[in-house]
Amino acid sequence: MTKTQSSGWGSRVGLVLAMAGNAVGLGNFLRFPVQAIENGGGAFIIPYLVCFLFMGIPLLFVEWSIGRFGGKNGHHSTPMILDSMDKRKLWKYIGVFGIFTNLAVAAYYCYLESWTLSYVWHTIADTFGGQSQGQVASFFGNYVSLNSIEPIIFWIVCLLLNTWILSKGLSGGVEKAAKIGMPLLLIFGAFLAYKAVTIQAGEQGAIYDGLKGLDFLWSPKFDTIWEPKVWLAAAGQIFFTLSIGMGSIQCYASYVKKNDDIALNAMSAGWMNGFVEVVLGSAILIPIAVGYFGIDGLKDLISDGGGLGLGFKTLPYLFEQWGGVLGVFAGVAWFGLLFFAGITSSLAMGTPVMGFLQDEFGWKEKNAAWMFGFAVLILGLPTVLFFNNGVFDEYDYWAGTVSLVFFAFIEIILFSWVFGFKNDLEEWRKSDKILPLFLFTKLPSWKEITTGADIRVPGIFKFIIKFITPLLLGWVFFASFPGIKDEINHKKSNEKINFFSSTIAIKRKITEQQKVLETKKDFSPKYLEPSFSNSQLDLNKELNVSTYLLLKKQKDLLEIVDNPTLRKGKIAEVRKSIFYKNISRVFLVILWLGIAYLVHLAAVKRKKNRL
Amino acid sequence: MSTGAITMMLITEIFITVITVYFFWKVLKTPSKPEQDSTSEKSDKE
Repeated sequence: MTKTQSSGWGSRVGLVLAMAGNAVGLGNFLRFPVQAIENGGGAFIIPYLVCFLFMGIPLLFVEWSIGRFGGKNGHHSTPMILDSMDKRKLWKYIGVFGIFTNLAVAAYYCYLESWTLSYVWHTIADTFGGQSQGQVASFFGNYVSLNSIEPIIFWIVCLLLNTWILSKGLSGGVEKAAKIGMPLLLIFGAFLAYKAVTIQAGEQGAIYDGLKGLDFLWSPKFDTIWEPKVWLAAAGQIFFTLSIGMGSIQCYASYVKKNDDIALNAMSAGWMNGFVEVVLGSAILIPIAVGYFGIDGLKDLISDGGGLGLGFKTLPYLFEQWGGVLGVFAGVAWFGLLFFAGITSSLAMGTPVMGFLQDEFGWKEKNAAWMFGFAVLILGLPTVLFFNNGVFDEYDYWAGTVSLVFFAFIEIILFSWVFGFKNDLEEWRKSDKILPLFLFTKLPSWKEITTGADIRVPGIFKFIIKFITPLLLGWVFFASFPGIKDEINHKKSNEKINFFSSTIAIKRKITEQQKVLETKKDFSPKYLEPSFSNSQLDLNKELNVSTYLLLKKQKDLLEIVDNPTLRKGKIAEVRKSIFYKNISRVFLVILWLGIAYLVHLAAVKRKKNRL
Repeated sequence: MSTGAITMMLITEIFITVITVYFFWKVLKTPSKPEQDSTSEKSDKE
């Protein structure tokens, strides 16, 4: 029997802010700017907005609608929501992904979130004061290597904070956190963006103006716009930035009243995320890094850990250059901003799990929140203890990429092709049958989007939801498998070269890669030799970032291959990493099966109650 | 900044900011609908 939920949203603004907070994450500030500079600079915004229109907005409409539909029937988690949309038993097991993804992503995401909390503390405690850039970078390396117990303490504090807020319920906890967190995030972001773009060469240790960084990021390279890899990057960015395919949007929307608007709310939350990502996200990381290291330095830093590396290994050092109170405030603003971006997302991951336990097993809100916290503690332990062995990345790949793209793909098929299909068939039979059934876009689920809508939803979205979005999503899902992604990115990537191959085989592969690079119009062969003979890979100023990164990887690889001791060590490291990755895969499979079993028990319980 | 970069940046940022403000303003200004709590009237599948 479904338990009536005691909690709901206190206000519409609170709901929109919580939804926007769910979408806004660390990726808005760390991933987006790097994606933009790697995929055409300012021109990247064109595929980005097109994908937002054809994939982001339709999926927001679909997930909000599915959530509100489920809420009408008293369901607040995807297994039972999907089950209520069609008679087939299969759907509730597809819905398992809507709980699995939240638990598995929260398991590593809360650890990431705890770093921001720790860095706020270290900024205030002036830990980075007087340290060199190398020392600040080593601090991060030592931190994730667990050279002290501190990371575990901050992680547990972060988990307790999440659990405590969740235990206060939706309006008393999640909504309040969003109402505090989102405005603070915007204020911190605006302050940092202003400081970043007003960096002057020669002041506070800066070598270039911050505007040079903005110029680098926004200079449009229109010749890249037809490359599939750019479109794939844009589609991926839109997908991951909106927190689609997780089950958390459906859960939040399930607490919306049955005649309340969802269309305007979805648009408002979605565009708010876009504002934070494009306007603020583009104006902080890159302008600051370019101001102090120049464009070549930025490329080097990206190769040393991407946006995450820039954010944690480099920025604390640069804030120190601003000196005194300003430096401390900037550090607190940056890591505080990342913390608010993180916690508003991790709270959203807790609610579907709680909703499931409350609905199906009659758990009290507080108990469900503590259960979520405990589950994340157990599941997250491997990502904390074996971070350097790739467990974190493995969770991120299977739960944070494959699982959610798969779930979103199946979900939109259910919404546009299965849900209410009988009505569609009837309508088609009654119609003049000019259009074949396949193209008949009556879309019975359309009314789920438009009921109570405070804006007019253009009818073209019927067609987009039924045809365009599933195709786009299918492409993103297909491309999420590493080998296929590499093909689209024209990479005969170094990942394919393993250290167990012979030296000759490795060098032959590298030569093959170089031949491919030579054929690219932005890469002239004359730069190839100097790239390998010098220690610095900055001879070609026009080298695009991905080519540069590939060359750098090759150079590092050759150094290891030519040194037997280094190579032996690397082989041992890779073997260890493979072992931990396999263990984490088994762990994730067990988690999925465990949730599926609970869903099965819940279904049996419901059946018994019906009799 | 180059003309191309500044043009691209301003057009994009103004476009996104205007739409974001417009939708949020609409959320704030639209009166709430009469109270009718869906969760109080359960019509579960069973």
